[in-house]
Order: sequence, then C-alpha cells, then structure tokens
Amino acid sequence: MIKFNKVFMAYGKGTLALRDVSFHISKGEFAFLTGHSGAGKSTVLRLIYAQDLPTEGEVRVSGFRTAKLSRREVPKLRRRLGIVFQNFQLLEDRTAEENVAFALEVTGARRGVIAPKVTRVLTQVGLAAKARSYPTELSGGEQQRVAIARALVNDPFVLLADEPTGNLDERATRGVFQLLRDINANGTAVMMATHDLDIVRQTSFRTIELQQGAIVFDSATDDTGEGEA
Amino acid sequence: MALVVREAMLGFRRAPVLSALSITTIAFALFVVSLVGLVALNLRTALETVEERVEVVMYLRRGTPLDVITVAIGDIEHFPEVQSVHHVTEEDALMRARTELTEFSGVFEDLETNPLPASLEVSVRPGFRDEEHVRNVADRLSGFRFAEDVRFGQDWIAKLDRLRDIASAVGALIGLAFVAASVIIIGTTIRMTVLHRSHEISIMRLVGATDSFIRRPFLLEGAIKGALGGGLAVALCYGAFLVVSRLLLEGEFFGPLQMSFIVLFGTSLGLVSSAVSVSRHIKGV
Repeated sequence: MIKFNKVFMAYGKGTLALRDVSFHISKGEFAFLTGHSGAGKSTVLRLIYAQDLPTEGEVRVSGFRTAKLSRREVPKLRRRLGIVFQNFQLLEDRTAEENVAFALEVTGARRGVIAPKVTRVLTQVGLAAKARSYPTELSGGEQQRVAIARALVNDPFVLLADEPTGNLDERATRGVFQLLRDINANGTAVMMATHDLDIVRQTSFRTIELQQGAIVFDSATDDTGEGEA
Repeated sequence: MALVVREAMLGFRRAPVLSALSITTIAFALFVVSLVGLVALNLRTALETVEERVEVVMYLRRGTPLDVITVAIGDIEHFPEVQSVHHVTEEDALMRARTELTEFSGVFEDLETNPLPASLEVSVRPGFRDEEHVRNVADRLSGFRFAEDVRFGQDWIAKLDRLRDIASAVGALIGLAFVAASVIIIGTTIRMTVLHRSHEISIMRLVGATDSFIRRPFLLEGAIKGALGGGLAVALCYGAFLVVSRLLLEGEFFGPLQMSFIVLFGTSLGLVSSAVSVSRHIKGV
C-alpha cells in the first residue's frame, strides 16, 4: 500500500533529510513515525502525499509511483489520502462543516452527496453539534477533530497525521489519539508522526524510529520482537 | 460553475478592504490611460475639422466653354481621392470677394471687367488628405488644357501632416507607457490578493484540488475586479470631462464602443494578471 524502497531525500544544497529509507505499510495498519525534531518524520509524510519527490529510490503509494506522477495526477493521489497537521490547517472564515465540505467540493462531488457525508464524519469525530462553529470558536482539540473529519470525508485508505497532538493539552491529546485508533479500527490505515513517546508506549502499534534521516528502529522488523503490533 | 461564483464572491467578502483597494488601483490606472485616450480622441477630432478644409483649387482659363467644364467636373468626381467638385463662376468669385473681403469693398465696386477667374474647388475625401495624395490630385488637375493654375496650400498641408504624425507618435508613446504602467500596477495588485490567500491555496492543494479548480475562482475574481475598475475609470473620466468642458473647452467624450473597450480592457487585464499570479503561485505550492 505504501512502500519506500531505498529512499534518499536531499534539500537545497545537498542536505540529506532521508538516507536509505525502506519500509512497507500494509492495508489497515497503524504505524508511528518517531524521532526528534528534524529526524525526517515530516519528510516521510511529504513524500507520501507527493509534496516532495525522492532524490533517489522509489516511493509507491496505492499503486502510484510518486516520482512518475504528473502534476495532474497529484490531486488524484491526494484524494485517496487523508492528511492532518499539527496546526490544523483549517480555513478560518468557514464553519466546521464548510471546512469539511470543501474537501468534497474540490473533487467535484454533487451537493446531494456532500451534506450527508459531512454530517456523518462530523458525527464520527463527535462534533455534529458544532458543525456551524468557526475554527476560532473551537478549542484546539475540536479544531483537530474538524481537520480529521475533513481528512476522512473522502474515505481515504490511509490517514497521515503529522504531529496531530503537538498543539494540544493532555486531555485533548488523549481524545484525538483515541479518535485515530477508532478510525484505524474501522479499517483505515493510520501513519502518525509524533515525538510524544507517552502515546507510543500506550499501545503496541508498529513504531518506525528515525534519526538523522535514517531508520534506526522498526518494530516490524526488530529481531527482539519488542513493540510488535 | 455555482461553486466558482461562490468562491469568487467569498474572495470579496473575505478581504473587502483589499478588494476595494484593488478595484480603486485598477480604476486609477485605467483612468490615466483613458484620459490619454480622451485627449487623443479630441485631438483627432480637432485635426479632422482642420482637414475638412483641405481642397485643391483649379483656376480656369478665361473663355472655357461651360460644356467642357461640365464634362471635366464629371471626370474629376470619379477620381478616387475626390469627395466633391464645386464650380465657382467668375461672377460667383466676384460676389464672394465682395462679401468676404469687405475691407476691399471699394476695389470691387467700380470694376469695368471682372478680374477674377472661374475655378473648380475640389474637396478631398478623408484618408486622402495628406500631402502626397493632395499633390497627386493637383498634378492630374494641372493636366487639363483649360487649367490656368492649380493651388492646394502645400505649406499648411505639409504642416498638418507633420502635426498629425507628431500627435500620433506622442499619443502612441504616452498611451503605451501608461498602458505598461497600468499592467504592472494591476498585476501587482492582483498578485497581492493571491498572496493574501496563499494559505487557502495550499490547503486546496492538500485536499486534492486540481490546478484548474484552484485557478477558476481567482480568474473570475480578477475579471470582476478588472471590469469594476474599468467601469469606475470610465466614470472618473466622465467626471473629469464634465469639469474640463465646463471650465475650459468643449470636447467630445467616448462613444459606447470605446467605453465598452475600456471596461473590456480592464476585465482582460484583471483576468490575465490573475492567471499569471495564480499559476506562478500554484507552482510553488
């Protein structure tokens, strides 16, 4: 489903952000990407949603080889992914439901389809009652739920979450993380970049640890079997 | 389509001050260009009024029979450059001299014989009123056997030609300079609005919007701003025209076609500027 094969990624004047990264994420899997700031977690996610292209090696996402994607094909790939960021990336002058509906509108979905889908995902993230609220009227946790709802509305096969709890307090963090687990339990793969090891330790999900752009630990291939999902 | 219109309108609602600023900037840029156009239009009209007086006068030999003159008039009227031919008899010439040259009325009162010759006044069609064409007509008129003399005031036609050339060159140069300035100003203004919404564009890209989907509302917004700016420019120009007409001199204002052209020009500028700015911006997202 997502496959990195000997991926190198260099920014600017040859600064290596990823070195020889290889892994495979299966359908419905939950995987953490851990590591310090600058370890390359976000770069991995950016390569998956084709924001960046590998300098060397191959990234395959649901049959797409990202290096071979034309500019026209990138939206097709992104509509099959759900992406969530630390800073929510919501449009502040649109209500929660408008933010979610927007992700469907860009795909050309008909009005009759949009409304029930938006209601369904907002209910799923527990925000049906705040559908008409603007982001500034919502707490950080609620804003992240709206962002997750937006990411889910196109029924993605994988949800990419880049430090989704980074801006949240402990209680909101627990809520958002539980939501991601529920989403995964319903069959959607989740790849979550985080440096919050407390969350990672709570579960036995697969963990891929990056250090200076290289994978230094992958619980799926770890000989000791520690942390195996 | 409804979505494109809604998104474009949202653009106005989201940044009303910036939108108003863009429209005003476009309006003032086009206002200056339109003013140059208005001056050029009035200058052309003034020149045309002067040009209407361009004519070639063929003085006839005394005693030329009237039937010969009549045949010649028929021939001359068929010259492609000729608009009309007016026969001035010797008596007409004397009468005209008496009424028009009143200061010499005494000279013309006690004449025993009429010293003034008959003539054919040949007026030239618009488009042929330059020195070359007029001289060509004069040369052909000189070829008639009964032509005593042919005159067309070559000095002032040459000056008129020069004036026309200078006016066209200066008008085109100033007009082009102002059009170029307005293109830059409008382009920058539209670019500001695109940059203002760069966050939104990046979110659109992330949720899978195609480039054309992102571009369309911006194009419509740019076109609307350009059209409104163009309309405002025409209104400003009309205001300036009224003031000048009342205080300084009467003039001519743009016709409906020219006014539509200004609005269309604004619309096109808004559209093209938006297209360039958005495309440039999308590439970086």
